[in-house]
Amino acid sequence: MGLILVAAVALPLAGAVLTWWLRRSGVGVAAAALALAAVALLPAARGPGWWHRVDYPWAPSIKLDFALTVDGVSWPLALLTALLGLLCCIHNARTGPPVLTALLLAVQGASTAVFLADNLILFFIAFEAVLLPMWAVVYRYGDPATRRHAAAKFALFTVAGSLLMATGLFAAAADTGTASLAQIIAAGGVDRDLSLAVFTLLALGFAVKAPLWPLHSWLPDAHTAAPTVGSVLLAGVLLKLGTYGLIRVAGGLAPDGAAEAAGALGVLAAIGIIVASLVCLGQGEIKRLIAYSSVGHMGFVVLAFATGTEAGVRAALFANLAHGLITPLLFFLAGALKDRTRTGLLAELGGLRLAAPALAGLLGFASLASLGLPGLAGFWGEAFTVYAAVERGGAWFALAAAAALGAFLTAAYLLRMLKHVSHGPPAPAVEGVAGTSRTEIALWSPLVAATLALGLAPGPLLDLFATGVL
Amino acid sequence: MSFAAWALVALPAAAGLAGLTLRRRGPAVWLAVAGPAAALGCALVAAFGDAAVSYTLADFGSVRVEAALELSGTAVAVAVASALVSLLVQVYSVAYLRGDERYAPFAAQVNLFCAAMLLVVAADDLIFLLIGWEVMGACSYLLIAHYAKLPAAPGAAAKAFLVTRFGDVGFVLGVMVLGVSAGTFRIGELGEVPEGAATAAMLLILFGCVGKSAQFPLQVWLPPAMAGPTPVSALIHAATMVAAGAYVLTRLLPVWPPDLLVVVAVAAAATMVGAGLSAYAATDVKGVLAWSTVSQVGFMFAAVAVASADTALFHLLSHAAFKALLFLTAGVLIAQAATDGSLRTTRIRPSASPLAFWAMTIGLASMIGVPPLGGFYSKETVLGAAYESGTTAGVIVFWAGVVASVLTAAYAGRLWLLLFWRGGAAETATVSRPEASALWVLGAGTIGVGGLYFAGPLHVPELHLDLMTLLLVALLVGLYLVGDSWWRDRARDPSRLLGRARAFIASGFAADAAATAAARSGARAASAAARLLDEQLVDRTVVEGSARAALATARRTEAGHRGGLVRYLRLSVAGTLVVAVIAIGVNLWS
Repeated sequence: MGLILVAAVALPLAGAVLTWWLRRSGVGVAAAALALAAVALLPAARGPGWWHRVDYPWAPSIKLDFALTVDGVSWPLALLTALLGLLCCIHNARTGPPVLTALLLAVQGASTAVFLADNLILFFIAFEAVLLPMWAVVYRYGDPATRRHAAAKFALFTVAGSLLMATGLFAAAADTGTASLAQIIAAGGVDRDLSLAVFTLLALGFAVKAPLWPLHSWLPDAHTAAPTVGSVLLAGVLLKLGTYGLIRVAGGLAPDGAAEAAGALGVLAAIGIIVASLVCLGQGEIKRLIAYSSVGHMGFVVLAFATGTEAGVRAALFANLAHGLITPLLFFLAGALKDRTRTGLLAELGGLRLAAPALAGLLGFASLASLGLPGLAGFWGEAFTVYAAVERGGAWFALAAAAALGAFLTAAYLLRMLKHVSHGPPAPAVEGVAGTSRTEIALWSPLVAATLALGLAPGPLLDLFATGVL
Repeated sequence: MSFAAWALVALPAAAGLAGLTLRRRGPAVWLAVAGPAAALGCALVAAFGDAAVSYTLADFGSVRVEAALELSGTAVAVAVASALVSLLVQVYSVAYLRGDERYAPFAAQVNLFCAAMLLVVAADDLIFLLIGWEVMGACSYLLIAHYAKLPAAPGAAAKAFLVTRFGDVGFVLGVMVLGVSAGTFRIGELGEVPEGAATAAMLLILFGCVGKSAQFPLQVWLPPAMAGPTPVSALIHAATMVAAGAYVLTRLLPVWPPDLLVVVAVAAAATMVGAGLSAYAATDVKGVLAWSTVSQVGFMFAAVAVASADTALFHLLSHAAFKALLFLTAGVLIAQAATDGSLRTTRIRPSASPLAFWAMTIGLASMIGVPPLGGFYSKETVLGAAYESGTTAGVIVFWAGVVASVLTAAYAGRLWLLLFWRGGAAETATVSRPEASALWVLGAGTIGVGGLYFAGPLHVPELHLDLMTLLLVALLVGLYLVGDSWWRDRARDPSRLLGRARAFIASGFAADAAATAAARSGARAASAAARLLDEQLVDRTVVEGSARAALATARRTEAGHRGGLVRYLRLSVAGTLVVAVIAIGVNLWS
């Protein structure tokens, strides 16, 4: 099984190189499909705790090993990454340049490595390796007016965060004498005196990526400027690197520090939920609105993690994954809409329900999922964020109320968006737009199906999270 | 039996989901009718035994969510009413929306709505119940926005969803507080909850139920919701959405701290009387019926306030019958008169459409409590429960109920007189067969539902002779007031009795306008403030400002390293001299 673990990381990277070399997107799609198959095979013959692991020495003098492992927390995220990677490659193979496919595969491979890394130095390398192809995606293929500014902001912001995170990782490795994530977690993390410092450094780095208010301002620019596939991967994969890092690495290496910093983290998360929702309420561009909504949703994830309760951590992991299904779907739909109408301004849209009923219906479905309608994937994580905060009691009740109010504001801004986009008489830009094609429906249907399945039967995924090592 | 419980929810839900993918009308009609019909069958089967199932839906470690369905006798009664009304609404809509292009999604959404309501009725787990609760809200949003050409529809739909969801902020928090303090979400296992937690939780949940049931102070969404097609109004008003709030409160009645019920009483009393006045002043047919719903649901809340769950459900059932009848008849009448439903223009001769005339008459008579129709029994038992309770809450809702009964008779009488006795087109119109069958069934239900007093799962107080007399006197006073005004001057609307305040009362005491304006300006201000904080302060000033500052520093440093050969020479000489001086100095020192 170790071989499959390596394949899950190596296949997209090899696919990236081949696609770039041969200038053929088809190669990339094949590689992405194989990678998805490899990740899907991982639960076979699994043991308790860590399912499988491989460990090859690479540069022992700096404690760098090529060590990969997987468990119930990282596998769903790896699967999500492989799925979104495949969907993005297919989407791009139809119309986009092959080099973009190569870059997408590079992002996918490096992100998978982040989720599966068992060595802190490898984790750091993979974390940084995601940045470069993503920067290129935004810089080369983004919206002509804003792409340079957005790409530079994204890269500089993230590098600044990564440096703090690297300091934290090195401090943890130096303190414990090992760079193996699994070993440090098993040993109960770093020394108590060092814990808060390590957690703060790590959390700052991950908070940029997640993003946690007020370190989020790269996100709206980057999401808005990026091409559709870029936005999908940013929302579905890159943000998850931040939350995964926060929950698994920062929480695992410095559990004492996490407990000490919980209050600050929770307050910032709650502020993020409210502020992002209010900003969305006044937002006039559809992609920017969806981008900002991510800040709110990630606020739920961080708040749930901050409570530190069992229910809270599971809710955080669930909300994290649900967001990775719903927001990419919204970005796909917004991209399809912008391709057809050549505008993303809410003021210039309208009447989509009459012009393209299927597209409007899917947009409505994704919006309902995003606002946390019970019975769809978005509900469980966010509702039990409220539960976890109530469970902590005392001042946390105020954070629970803020989160519940945030869910209401989310409904308000998404309904406002639907009112502008779907309802009313068809706007000139919308009149006569093409309906959804079969390829598009096929591309989006896995996300729709997963959203519905996780909403109706959240149990299996929650049980999987429960087997994870945290 | 457990199969029946599952199928009760799953079959209409499946019919709804499948229907969403349909485009053609033919199969959509079949699915539309099959969904609620299957549910009705399951509900009837479930009546012959205690249907209960549960399995773990989600395990969050410290607490579990269970997909638990439990159909007690009273739940079966409500389920039968919900499924039956949904079925009749579907049958009626086949004719009502004959030329509608968007019939297929409409019918699918009605089925999802029905499934959601049945889930609320049957669920024994609060989180599981919440699924139905909110899906129902989302479906109401879709259904109210059905008419694409109606400019008011999207706003009314969004308002319905957002106001109920605003209530749900409280509902969710309350459910979570209950779950945390009881360690379970199962309604049947809640048991003893600490007093403080129970108080907080129930007040929060009450807020959610007030929103869903359009009670004071969250009543503002219901009247604009009339923008939806008339069958949707019947569905929302009769046995589903607005009744759901009262139903959930009856389920949770054992948890209520008794002293706190007075809060429910105040909300119910304010709603019953206020909405009754608004119904009397309303200017269109559906407006009268909408406000009457708010007022009648107030009677259910009144029964909850005196801790008489079965009485509340009795009124829920009789209200379901007569209100569905009234709305569906109103749809027929407005279509026949070919107006927008305004009372000024909508006139029908009784002879023009005898079926519609009698259906309307029976519905209104039941609503005002004419014996022996269903409304008489249910209203009398609500007052009886209040009379027997002997609490402050009882006194409040008893007198509010008497006043509301006078008002009910007045607004129902006014509607009847204005609709049927002011002339109108003479030619007779036939009611299409699906519409007529729905009216017949509901008419029979309206007459027969009173039988639940004598036999059935409900335990309600016995009829009191003095209360019956009081109720009839109230009825006659109301009818006298409106009749007197009518006989004096037939050309004028009896709502002139309200004087100058009429327009103000007709607008629901301007609550809707005020709430909308407050919400708009509040949202605008909050959003502007958030954008100022987020986009200007955090992003432009701190983030991009720090980048600009770094660039400026770099430029200044770089400028210092730029110059001609002479400048470099001077600098090197100066530097060499400094180094030399220091070196010599250090040497001399040591």
